[in-house]
Amino acid sequence: MSEEKKFIRFMSARKVAAAFSLAAVLASILLIAVKGLNFGLDFTGGTLIEVIYEESVPLQEVRNTLETNGFESAIVVNFGSDTDVLVRLPQGLSPTLGEQVLSALRADSPYDVELRRIEFVGPQVGEELREQGGLAVLLALIVVLIYVAMRFQMKFAFGAVLALAHDVVITLGVFSLVGWDFDLTVLAAVLAVIGYSLNDSIVVADRIRENLRGMRGYSPVDIVNISLTDTLGRTLVTSGTTLMVLVALALVGGEMIHSFALALLVGVGVGTYSSVFIVASLLVAMKISPEDLVVPEKEGAELDELP
Amino acid sequence: MLNKYPLWKNLLIVAVLGIGLLYASPNLYRPDPAVQISGESSGTQISAREIDKITAALTAADIDHFGAEADTSGKSGLVRLRHADDQLHAQKLIQRALGDGYVVALNMASNTPDWLSGLGAGAMKLGLDLSGGVHFLLEVDTDAAIATRLEHYSTGIKKKLREERIRGFVRLGEQGIIRGKFSSEENRDKALSVIRKEYTELTAQRVSAPEGEEAFYLEALLSETKRKEIEDYAVGQNLTTLRNRVNELGVSEPLVQRQGRNRIVVELPGIQDTAEAKRILGKTANLEFRLEARYDAEPSDREQFNFRNPGRGEPNAWLEREVVITGERVANAQASFDENGMPQVSITLDSEGGALMHRVTRHNINRRLGVLFIERKSRTRYETNAAGEEQVVRVPYDEKKIISLATIRDALGVQFRITGLDAPGEATELALLLRAGALAAPIDFVEERTVGPSLGAENISKGLLSVQIGLAAVALFMLVYYRVFGIIAVVALAFNIVLLVGAMSLLGATLTLPGIAGIVLTVGMAVDANVLIFSRIREEIAEGASPQHAINAGYGRAFVTIMDANITTLLVAVILYAVGTGPVRGFAVTLSLGIVTSMFTAIMGTRAIVNLIYGRRRVSKLAI
Repeated sequence: MSEEKKFIRFMSARKVAAAFSLAAVLASILLIAVKGLNFGLDFTGGTLIEVIYEESVPLQEVRNTLETNGFESAIVVNFGSDTDVLVRLPQGLSPTLGEQVLSALRADSPYDVELRRIEFVGPQVGEELREQGGLAVLLALIVVLIYVAMRFQMKFAFGAVLALAHDVVITLGVFSLVGWDFDLTVLAAVLAVIGYSLNDSIVVADRIRENLRGMRGYSPVDIVNISLTDTLGRTLVTSGTTLMVLVALALVGGEMIHSFALALLVGVGVGTYSSVFIVASLLVAMKISPEDLVVPEKEGAELDELP
Repeated sequence: MLNKYPLWKNLLIVAVLGIGLLYASPNLYRPDPAVQISGESSGTQISAREIDKITAALTAADIDHFGAEADTSGKSGLVRLRHADDQLHAQKLIQRALGDGYVVALNMASNTPDWLSGLGAGAMKLGLDLSGGVHFLLEVDTDAAIATRLEHYSTGIKKKLREERIRGFVRLGEQGIIRGKFSSEENRDKALSVIRKEYTELTAQRVSAPEGEEAFYLEALLSETKRKEIEDYAVGQNLTTLRNRVNELGVSEPLVQRQGRNRIVVELPGIQDTAEAKRILGKTANLEFRLEARYDAEPSDREQFNFRNPGRGEPNAWLEREVVITGERVANAQASFDENGMPQVSITLDSEGGALMHRVTRHNINRRLGVLFIERKSRTRYETNAAGEEQVVRVPYDEKKIISLATIRDALGVQFRITGLDAPGEATELALLLRAGALAAPIDFVEERTVGPSLGAENISKGLLSVQIGLAAVALFMLVYYRVFGIIAVVALAFNIVLLVGAMSLLGATLTLPGIAGIVLTVGMAVDANVLIFSRIREEIAEGASPQHAINAGYGRAFVTIMDANITTLLVAVILYAVGTGPVRGFAVTLSLGIVTSMFTAIMGTRAIVNLIYGRRRVSKLAI
């Protein structure tokens, strides 16, 4: 490989990208701290009733009905369509609330009221789910750190984990900014984002490792640039196909899966950016060099021989 | 060089795909809406007579039905309907035709051919968010169970010390510690050895008296393992009780399962009336201990009851109206053998129950004590309302039957036993009924999710639509971008979905809405492995490698990357499964299975096809 390779100088933009990422992360943390996440029922506890009216009903009427029946704190919104009504009540009330609300609505409506769903989550369960969720994200990051450190090298592990944290924080930041509901399925989506973004980062890191070992006569920065150029096509194609199916899910998947699809759309977008700019920039910033990889990994060599 | 797979690899791929197709195929047979009937008590047989009644009723009402039959054991029967809309109407008609004493439940009857079910193949189970139904999470108040038990210990210790003539003061203090105070060291040590000997499950020790007090103290508390045992027992007993009660609800495939240390999940597909379900699940105590009435008792003081298992002599007996204790006071009931090797049931009451029992029985030795088992049932009545529509009215009533009537030999206390049983089986059943009649600990509803049937059906159709659109978009893109290799990748993708569905059906995994989302995501991400391989092949060709060499090197070099990327994703999916519950777990399952199947189809599957197309000949150019 003596001939001059053509490549894009991604790393010349790394300071701009770093500044951008830092700003986005800080803004997200600030948003989450000040505005907070719009936690769904799963995490706050409380009662939620979704019904479909035969004909569309003014929400004010529904609110009046609920108020006269003693449910002053009810939040009433349309869900998906104008005949679909969602009633949410705060925690601290009894588990039989759902049926009471339903019968109150039925008694007061000239139209047929069809029950779509009732959800009741006790306050303690909500708190536990919140704790478990946070724990899951942390645990995922730690496991990833260990695995990547074992398979690659500590510098790669730091890069990958920081990129993941970056993706998670920005995804949460977007949820806080727009005020989308953050429920259990969104948490699952955030963990899936970790999985996906990691997938991307590993592919890039793998190529950087390979080129660091195999290419001579280039500076580490150029090797990173070459590796990013090599994998750019793949990164764009895979992100493209994933985004395609997510758009399909967000558009036709229905209301119950909408937040989930949105979280993944944001996360996959940010994840694609971070695998190019965060992981690689961090490796450059940590002065990655071929000497970091002097000990050849037996396991990798063995695997190479398989199909 | 030539790319060729050895025969065994090709055979392996064909075999895996064949098995995948086989186990995925039951999902193509759509189940029929059906109504299932079974007897309310286990003795009721469903025979041709019942089936005739059902078909007559359905034919009279012009409901399209077919395939009505009783199953071979005679325990249940099933009738299939042409239209799902008829299900509720048919249920009412059948309930009416059969009368009370039968459970009539909505069901979906599988249409999987017998030879497939014989191989253990069946359609995926649908989660409640897809099928509609109720999900409850109940919490067992295990603290209450432990408190009851401690109270029983503390009363027992007091009594024992009195019998042994050890003077002292014993009481149950805070945090479940039983404290004893004695005036002499000798008494304290004697008490200690009595407690250690008689109550091995308690850990007792000396504690020093507070400053300036002339007394000797001891403390006894439950060991952690014993606490855990009591908790397990309470949860286990509640599970049994809840299973019995769920059966009353007439659900075709209920799930009652322990979750974590003290929680129970109850899932009732197809149930809409959550209020009724909660009432039945949450009801308490349904045992009554009553003395047998004397012959000369006033008619107003006595009541006649039937035996639950008549068979020996008398079909019924007269009991007093006054209740000695109810099932709430029963702490435990266990079948065992007495000193002569005869079956018996040992019953443990709480302290209050023991005191009541003692007060009543000591003056009534040689009379008989009866135990009534109370089941809440309902009678169905049909009324015509003002609008001329027929309405179904369910009138609940308590059915009380005698499960035991035994002679009192001695004054009874906290612990006593019922002897004179014929067989060990009888003792076991009696113990079970006694336990089922008493909830070991109170239960609370901590979570409820009800999904209406229309929302469930909508979730399925929307989920399937997004899978189809996503698949079509990805397929189109791959064809345009990679041409022949794109076709290969799309074929592999299609097989990936077949394998995923087959694996889920085989493992009996439940499909949920997030699970469908997981399949959609798998479709998007599964092509990644092929994209990696194909771009490597393109690179090799760009660097001047021959097509055959490029194929080989492309697969070889992409393999490590694919492994690393997928293993890390798999780790995250496993974490998701470990901490998640319900629907989230469904997502984790599809995601991790999807990763495994996609590795197989995207690496081995596509390689086999590539080898078949290009492997055995000289190729000058690849369509990639």
